[in-house]
Amino acid sequence: MKKILIVDDEPNIVMTLEYAFKKQDFEVYIARDGSEALQILERNVPDVVLLDIMMPNVDGYQTLKFIKEQASLKNTKVVFLTAKNKASDIEKGLKLGADKYLLKPFSVKKIVSEILELLN
Amino acid sequence: MSNYSLFIIIIIYLAILFYIAFIAEKNAKSKWVNNPYIYTLSLAVYCSAWTYYGSIGIAANSGMQFLPIYLGPVIAAPLWIIVLRKIIRISKQHKISSIADFISLRYGNNRFIGALVTVVCLVGIVPYISLQLKAVSETFEIMVDETSYISKSIWDDSTFYIAVLLAVFATFFGTQATDASEKHRGIVASVAFESVLKLIFFLVIGLYVTFYLFDGTTDIYDRISTMESFKSLSTFGDIGNGFNWFFMIMLSFLAIFLLPRQFQVSVLENNREKYLKQAIWLFPLYLLLFNVFVIFIAWAGKLSFSDNVNAEYYTLLLPLQQSNTILALLVFLGGFSAVISMVVVSTLALSTMVSNNLIIPYGFLDKFSKSQPEKNAKYIKIIRRVSIFSIIILAYFFYVSFSKALSLYSIGLISFVIIAQLAPSFFIGIFWNRGSSRATKVGIIAGFLTTLYTLVLPFVMQVLTGTSEFSDYGLFHIKALRPSALFGIDFLSPPAHAFFWSLSINTLLYLTVSLMFKGNYRERNYAEMFVDSKNYASLQDNALVWKGEAYVSDIKNVLNRFLGEQRAQRALSIFFTKYKLPQDTQLADARLINFSEKLLTGSIGSSSAKILISSVVKEEQISLVEVLKILEESKEAIASNKLLKEKSDELQHLTNRLKNANDELILKDQQKDEFLDTVAHELKTPITGIRAATELIMEDTDMPAEVKAQFLSNILQDSDRLSRLIHNILDFEKLETGRQELDIKQHDIKLTIEKAINSVSQIAAKKHIEIVVKNPHKCKLNYDEDRIIQVLTNLLSNAIKFCEPNTGKIVVDYKLGNASVEVLVSDNGRGISDKDLEFIFDKFYQTSDQNTIKPQGSGLGLAISRQIVKKHHGKIWVKNNQKSGVTFGFKLPFD
Repeated sequence: MKKILIVDDEPNIVMTLEYAFKKQDFEVYIARDGSEALQILERNVPDVVLLDIMMPNVDGYQTLKFIKEQASLKNTKVVFLTAKNKASDIEKGLKLGADKYLLKPFSVKKIVSEILELLN
Repeated sequence: MSNYSLFIIIIIYLAILFYIAFIAEKNAKSKWVNNPYIYTLSLAVYCSAWTYYGSIGIAANSGMQFLPIYLGPVIAAPLWIIVLRKIIRISKQHKISSIADFISLRYGNNRFIGALVTVVCLVGIVPYISLQLKAVSETFEIMVDETSYISKSIWDDSTFYIAVLLAVFATFFGTQATDASEKHRGIVASVAFESVLKLIFFLVIGLYVTFYLFDGTTDIYDRISTMESFKSLSTFGDIGNGFNWFFMIMLSFLAIFLLPRQFQVSVLENNREKYLKQAIWLFPLYLLLFNVFVIFIAWAGKLSFSDNVNAEYYTLLLPLQQSNTILALLVFLGGFSAVISMVVVSTLALSTMVSNNLIIPYGFLDKFSKSQPEKNAKYIKIIRRVSIFSIIILAYFFYVSFSKALSLYSIGLISFVIIAQLAPSFFIGIFWNRGSSRATKVGIIAGFLTTLYTLVLPFVMQVLTGTSEFSDYGLFHIKALRPSALFGIDFLSPPAHAFFWSLSINTLLYLTVSLMFKGNYRERNYAEMFVDSKNYASLQDNALVWKGEAYVSDIKNVLNRFLGEQRAQRALSIFFTKYKLPQDTQLADARLINFSEKLLTGSIGSSSAKILISSVVKEEQISLVEVLKILEESKEAIASNKLLKEKSDELQHLTNRLKNANDELILKDQQKDEFLDTVAHELKTPITGIRAATELIMEDTDMPAEVKAQFLSNILQDSDRLSRLIHNILDFEKLETGRQELDIKQHDIKLTIEKAINSVSQIAAKKHIEIVVKNPHKCKLNYDEDRIIQVLTNLLSNAIKFCEPNTGKIVVDYKLGNASVEVLVSDNGRGISDKDLEFIFDKFYQTSDQNTIKPQGSGLGLAISRQIVKKHHGKIWVKNNQKSGVTFGFKLPFD
């Protein structure tokens, strides 16, 4: 069973993703911001983290950095899912080590297939 | 008469002159030497052998043509009181030592101009001196009856010995003192004496010819009028001739100022300006007397001799014909006087220029500044002596090569035309401050070259090739380039033609270049000094401002070298006493620098003095005189400067404003970009939610009903959020850009607060949060009620949001101030971190530690509130309470 961590501060968005991934038999963890995500990551090693960037407290970039620093998380993929669609933002995200950079608003179906493709 | 006895007579005569000079020098202060009559008579150095012999030649051959050469000075004389006085004043002020000094100083003490003027004078005057030699030589031959004698080598040529004799005489006569600006009383006195002699002897021969040989003027007139050529000799000719007259008068008008010897006697040797008052009428009178008998002697000569006799020497030949050797000898001595005075004064002037403006500044300056004072004085003297000697010898060779072929009259005119090239820069320069050094160089050089081409070259070519091909056909056989008929102007005599073209070109270039290129600061200041000489006379020594540094001891060293220790010491102590400075002053000030420059100028010329003094002065780029001039700039200049400065300040101001406006625009643009970015982000969030939920409902047909209901509710919520957001954005934008007008009316703040609380009471009740209004008083003031309710609602819902359910309490209070009402909304929630307080009113700012469940704000509420309060000319703020929670407050003024 694949494990996914969804990090986003918008409950309505999280809800749709949670529903879709559960349907694909993912074990879904949810964090409402970066700091919550870090707590979860201390105890769990998801296969993939779906990460928003603009969040209160610890933002997506900081979270990504933390993941990259943990040896235990070296196999965990990180995918940004954000409304920040400027070329410079995308470049920055990929430079920091994100495996994919996906944009909001999104098609749930497409997100699911992108994640599945990444994990296979 | 044998040539030995004539030689002896000449030597005796020279000895007499020397003696007169010696006596005069000894009694330099005596009234006999210093008076307007001596001054006027010294001006008569103008009448050289050219006048003495040449005029008669012209009168005999071409009639009245000799007159313009004297009419010019006669016309000039009344103007002396203005022009010459000004020149004298400037020259005294700056210790000018020659015309080259004068012109170069006027154009910023320009070394090159000094040298250029010197060269022009040399080229102009050497032929003139050769003219004198020619006259002496030819009259000498007539006196000893050697007309048939043709010299083989220069050692057999009596002219050569006469030239050497003249050279030796002039050399020792003219260089008694090294300070060229010192007055040469001896020379002036002997020149005056010679002027008397030449006039008397000329009048004597005139009377002798007219009344002894003939029966008075009517007798001569009656007889000559029967001759065929008479008409051409007594009338003025056609219109072309009229132009010739005009240009000749102009030419001599300029020459009376510009000839180095005239400048020497009229300016440098002038003792008192007031002598001019006598000179302006005495000098024309002298010229008139000199010309009274010219025409009669000429006619008498014509009646007595055949055409192949040189008419220039009628004055000698007529008495000789009657075997009146004594009278002839007197005439010869008169002519010799004219020659001597001309040669001595001219070579004196030229040698000063050569040493001060050519040799010292271009080669010997280094040497001078290193060696001993006695040696320096000796060197300068030697340079001058060698120059005088060389000039005369040069004139001799010119005579041998060229002058024999020419009449006295035409050589004289060549000199005049060359010297006239100095006129534009000289005359315009003292009345027009725009004249620049570049213009002077261009003008003089162009005019000089034109003269060479139109006047000198044809004559040289003729002597060299023996044909007149060049003057007849022009350069490359181009008709328009014929040297005496340039561009078709063929009705003028060669000198008038050359004068016309060269001076036109010279003047035109001078004016044009001056107008096109402004001179540098230094030049402009000198220009100002010359043009406005009256006002600067007193300022010279007194200015103290100066941008350099120099030690008195260094300056003293320089002075020692040139003046000798004694004189330098004396000069310095006079200076210190005059300005009440201690005798052991260490640092030199501007006045001392200036004073020393002037002291040295007399010895070595202004440009050299300047270089020398500046060698011991650590001057910054701007020099002393320039700094003085900065202070002395005419009022007009200052005024225009002021205007300029105002304009430039204004421009600077405008530029700054423009820059600020631009910066503001750029900042606004950036803010706009950020705002749009944020807005886009904020809009995308609910849209994302809507889009994802809708997609799931559509695609997932077997979705459980309660999940579907949740998603639909979410969609509704997001839609509301979206429309709220859009509304707020537009609202905020309107307020910020000022497009939203307030609807201001009188209201009671108590009622407004109640209305606001009503609108949030339901949400508060849901969370069991208590809202208390502390002040129940009524208070009426003017505001837009809807907008204030919006602010209050905002603050209240924020407070509700941050309060804990059940225990939350919100207090609304208002206070009446003198000029305003203050409304406070405080809660007992978690408070806001200090970091956030600062930015809380910024648009889309959300605190970093709000509830984990995100409050559904637009991020614009407080930003809008601030805009509303601002529009009411009020103030909004926030602070943390001491115990817990925050207090938001805003103040509305009564007006």
